[in-house]
Amino acid sequence: MEENKRLVKVPTMAEMAANGEEPEVLFWVGCAGSFDDRYKRVTRAFVQILEHVGVKYAVLGTEESCTGEPAKRAGNEFLFQMQAITNIEVLNAYNIKKIVTACPHCFNTLKNEYPDLGGNYEVIHHSTFLQQLINEGKVKVQGGEAFKGQRITFHDSCYLGRANDIYEAPRDVLAALDADLVEMKRSRANGLCCGAGGAQMFKEPEPGNKDINIERTEEALATLGTGNGVIATACPFCMVMMSDGVKNKEQEESVKVFDIAELIAQAEGLSK
Amino acid sequence: MIQLENIIFLIVAGLGIGLFVWQIRKIRKNVLMGRDVDLTDNPSERINKTLLVAFGQQKMFKRMLPAVLHLFVYVGFLVINIEVIEILIDGVFGTHRVLAFLGPLYSGLMFINEVLAALVIVACVIFLWRRNVTKLPRLASGVEMRAWPKLDANFILITEIVLMFALFTFNIAGLKLVQLEGGEVAGSYPISQMFVNIFGDNPASLHIIERAGWWFHIIGILAFMNYLPSSKHFHIIMAFPNVYYSKLWPKGKFTTNPAITHEIKAMLDPSYQPPAPEMDAEGNPIIQRFGAKDVEDLTWKQLMDSYTCTECGRCTSVCPANLTGKLLSPRKIVMDTRDRMEEKGEHPAIFAPNHYKELGVERVETTDEKTLLRGYITPEELWACTTCNACVESCPVNIDQLSTIMDLRRYLVLEESAAPASVNAMFTNIENNGAPWAFSPSDRFNWAEDLYVPSKN
Repeated sequence: MEENKRLVKVPTMAEMAANGEEPEVLFWVGCAGSFDDRYKRVTRAFVQILEHVGVKYAVLGTEESCTGEPAKRAGNEFLFQMQAITNIEVLNAYNIKKIVTACPHCFNTLKNEYPDLGGNYEVIHHSTFLQQLINEGKVKVQGGEAFKGQRITFHDSCYLGRANDIYEAPRDVLAALDADLVEMKRSRANGLCCGAGGAQMFKEPEPGNKDINIERTEEALATLGTGNGVIATACPFCMVMMSDGVKNKEQEESVKVFDIAELIAQAEGLSK
Repeated sequence: MIQLENIIFLIVAGLGIGLFVWQIRKIRKNVLMGRDVDLTDNPSERINKTLLVAFGQQKMFKRMLPAVLHLFVYVGFLVINIEVIEILIDGVFGTHRVLAFLGPLYSGLMFINEVLAALVIVACVIFLWRRNVTKLPRLASGVEMRAWPKLDANFILITEIVLMFALFTFNIAGLKLVQLEGGEVAGSYPISQMFVNIFGDNPASLHIIERAGWWFHIIGILAFMNYLPSSKHFHIIMAFPNVYYSKLWPKGKFTTNPAITHEIKAMLDPSYQPPAPEMDAEGNPIIQRFGAKDVEDLTWKQLMDSYTCTECGRCTSVCPANLTGKLLSPRKIVMDTRDRMEEKGEHPAIFAPNHYKELGVERVETTDEKTLLRGYITPEELWACTTCNACVESCPVNIDQLSTIMDLRRYLVLEESAAPASVNAMFTNIENNGAPWAFSPSDRFNWAEDLYVPSKN
């Protein structure tokens, strides 16, 4: 049987506004989700889920710009505020109420740091959003790839976990896969950073005896044990760092790094 | 009956307490070198947090063994202090065990007191063991663990053991005396009862031993109290206000500098009128540095943090940078802040042990600049931070190490433009392309091309 599929036309805010419409939720794609080849797949998987459940969403498209997060963590408060104030003008002009994003760094900044500069929105991370879709029965996690019995370990993102106390949402999402979830020793509030936060993503590490992502990958691999397994992430920077770590350990054949949205899209039969 | 002994006691206690107050005033002055920040909102939430984290030791219990041992010492400290109140009253008025009228309550109190005193000795011995024999890395190593911090920790533990022995000495001698006189014992002393005969049965010598133990205990306490401001042990006081004034908002929210907001708004909109700058006492506008170069650029809360630190090293032991051999140690950031504060302010303490430098090669290449930045904390340390908040999460007394790291980083970037070249390239990319990488903004929406979903029917 030939698979029926349709081409997705991702709606932009500019089009919606021109038609006098307002979306339920704005999907803030983020720079990694827009430009990084690996993370674009996460963006696409998340859009497939949005399309699948029929949420009225929109993106800013080329009107989106960096939240300023990396600049702020690097100490460049001036550049951060320039970005933030400009973005807030755009968001407020479109009368945005609710934002969902797959990037914990964008999430944290939009949610916690934009209000002081006049940007007040309900901001949720895609892990919470997916958790809600699953709880409401809109995503049934069936019809696609089966994850039953698959060993999956979730790597906590600092900006989702410690920064915002979101530990259960991504785990609830993974639990819906009926997989064999295993926890690393350092997890939840005690999770170990992937090494990319605080603008480390954009610089070489300071002198030391090991790279942080290697330390973390070793822990993940030890937790998964031998055989096939998945390291699940919910952050573009963690995705890069853990993928690099797995490559460094020459385990990319047996251990895959996936974002939770990709896993759900696969389980739902939305993407391959 | 008031005798010479009571008058001497009154003088000793007065001097001890007076000296302590004098020291506290100096520390207060040092902390107030910091910038002002209003942290008086939500008192009920703050009280809850103080009850849980400070009184309830909540965050200690991330590590069970030290948490339980520390609980013995902490509860011992609280309960034994009730006996100290009695000692003060007895000392001033020449009474003996004045609280004995409490009857069964007093018995229970003395019973618990003795058990706790024994547990304090056990805990302190294990703590000494962990520091000096098994050399737990977070307690025994790290560039900031120079001679003084190590000596300080051992001194505290030994002093606590000695004070507990003094307590037992006067309890045992007093108990034996009462038994010899055939009187009724006020209170219940399970441990002392076991050793009741070790000082013999000569009433005269027993009386001297009892008095000597009593005097040693109370003078020891007064001396120890005055040692606190020079020591990491000061946390027994500072933990409470420090937790009360700690961050109530999500850890991911970093501070926003309103001065910069006004500048940007004025830049974007020429008609924008920024508020008049704050004036100092002489009517000159206060020019605030962007970020922190020295202790006065930090807030009083950040300075209070460093007086609260007990150098336990939990922060450093979970820091991803430190774990992988980088120079950064969050504990050092906090200890350096205190050292610098005491160098710049008056010495708050009787002596200034924090300047007790040790010989030896340090990887930390500080300069001779008399500032916190570079004089104590190097850019290499600051640039190793991933802002992951593990240090903040781990701290049992809610110190915010990360906020100090960030303020120092901000100074490097905003006042000195001294970011690493690749970080500067990232800034340029954001300015020019609206993304931290060198991609064209017109390509931002390309991800949406050729995207399919299964049709529903």
